[in-house]
Amino acid sequence: MGTRIYLYPGWLRFWHAINALMCLVLIVSGLSMQYTDFERYILDFQLAVQLHNIAGVILSFNYFIFLFGNLFTPNGRQYFLFRRGVLKNLFTQLHYYTLGIFRKEATPFPITTENKFNPIQRTAYVLVGYVATIIVIVTGWAYLFPEIVPNTIGNVSGLLINDLIHISMGYFISIFLIIHIYFITIGNTKMKNFKSMVTGWHE
Amino acid sequence: MKTLINLSLLSLVVALLCSANIPTNDEMAVGQPSEEVIEANNLCFSCHGQKLFTYYNPELDREIKDNMCDEKIVNEEKFYLSNHRTFQCIGCHSADYESFPHPGELRFEQQYACNDCHGYDDDWAHFKFDEIEEEFMKSVHSTNHDEAFTCWMCHDPHEYHITYRNEENLLNTIAYDNGICLTCHADVNRYQLLTDKEKPNVDQQHSWLPNQQLHFTKVRCIECHAELNDNVLVAHNIRPKEEAVKKCVECHSSDSRLMASLYSHTVKTERWSGGFVNGEMVTQGFVIGANRNKYLNQGSLYIFLGTLAIILIHSILRAIYIKK
Repeated sequence: MGTRIYLYPGWLRFWHAINALMCLVLIVSGLSMQYTDFERYILDFQLAVQLHNIAGVILSFNYFIFLFGNLFTPNGRQYFLFRRGVLKNLFTQLHYYTLGIFRKEATPFPITTENKFNPIQRTAYVLVGYVATIIVIVTGWAYLFPEIVPNTIGNVSGLLINDLIHISMGYFISIFLIIHIYFITIGNTKMKNFKSMVTGWHE
Repeated sequence: MKTLINLSLLSLVVALLCSANIPTNDEMAVGQPSEEVIEANNLCFSCHGQKLFTYYNPELDREIKDNMCDEKIVNEEKFYLSNHRTFQCIGCHSADYESFPHPGELRFEQQYACNDCHGYDDDWAHFKFDEIEEEFMKSVHSTNHDEAFTCWMCHDPHEYHITYRNEENLLNTIAYDNGICLTCHADVNRYQLLTDKEKPNVDQQHSWLPNQQLHFTKVRCIECHAELNDNVLVAHNIRPKEEAVKKCVECHSSDSRLMASLYSHTVKTERWSGGFVNGEMVTQGFVIGANRNKYLNQGSLYIFLGTLAIILIHSILRAIYIKK
């Protein structure tokens, strides 16, 4: 039996579970709003709007758990992006994912309490957690109060620009989610990482 | 004055019709009032142009200062900005009004209707006033209120001016047109001129509508409350409230009805503009579901499929090599 490390505290698992659920609701309802037509739709438009609004508000408040949790606990250090040799480490991890993994090489950055994430994970989590999510929340709230959005920016509708930013960020978060789910199947067993996010313990 | 009223109505209808077979600005140009017109009208405006007016009472042999009732006041500034600005008051109203006190029988003066001047006239054919009248006759405004509801109820001939829709003034046009509806639907005194019903609370009745204020400023009331008619520039067949559009996808879809109403002045252009479906909307507005971009759609689909392909290949290779 391997070593067990307690990696994911309760507040982080709670935030993660709510965030994951809300992301799924937001993706489905968002796609539905964007592509609803008379005879071809995922959800009824009005239902999709309501679900999207509710899930967006919940995700926004839930984000404060992530923000303050990382601000006031040691978990925040996991997201320090600019470490010595950051680029070299990124390529080392990329090399592992593209070649080393098939050669059964040892992972170049084993999981420890100090380093939960490998360099690619850390970069992706920072970009999604601290950039894309903030942008998607701000533009999402702008849509809840569209009166505050400038009518036109240049010669283009302010709402259009807000929407393009919102759905672009939402889209890249969706792509991240797909890759994220795939990558967590990479482990000793396919369900190992899933279990870790439920129990908090990594084996 | 009757002529003036009729001409105002005509202008209104003209403006409404403008969005179908779109007349050019030149066709709609009215010109400026002549000195003679202004001088002649000054006599009327001296009393009817403001709240207080004075007149000489020969019985009392003195000047009397009096109040003009609100309904009889014509805003001079707005009149000279209106489409009927080149008309003398007595062009539409009886010349007997030139005498004071006005003869009592003038109280029963018949008002012109729009089509008295504009109907069945080739000069105005491109505005299709006749079809507008037919549409109006089918509307609840006509069927519920018989002849008491005339064009003037919505289109004040003294102030009406064409609000030709284009990219620059679309929001102003929307505000102007919605203001016409609210003249009665937000004013109990005018509303109850035609009905004994309690005036509805517009905000409350639309409480189901998400982002209510945004809808009120970005689309006209008639977008949802009038039956579409491609032949006229502005739909006039106002339907009963039960028939109002309540299904979001009527507008929030690639086949948005807004392109047949609010944006009908652009329908002769491509529905795809700059890659956007119904692209004409995106200059001053944006409608979720109706303004998709084909390039972004294609790009996002390719990235999505590429991601899935990479994951599939990676997982197959893992299955092959790691099992060895």
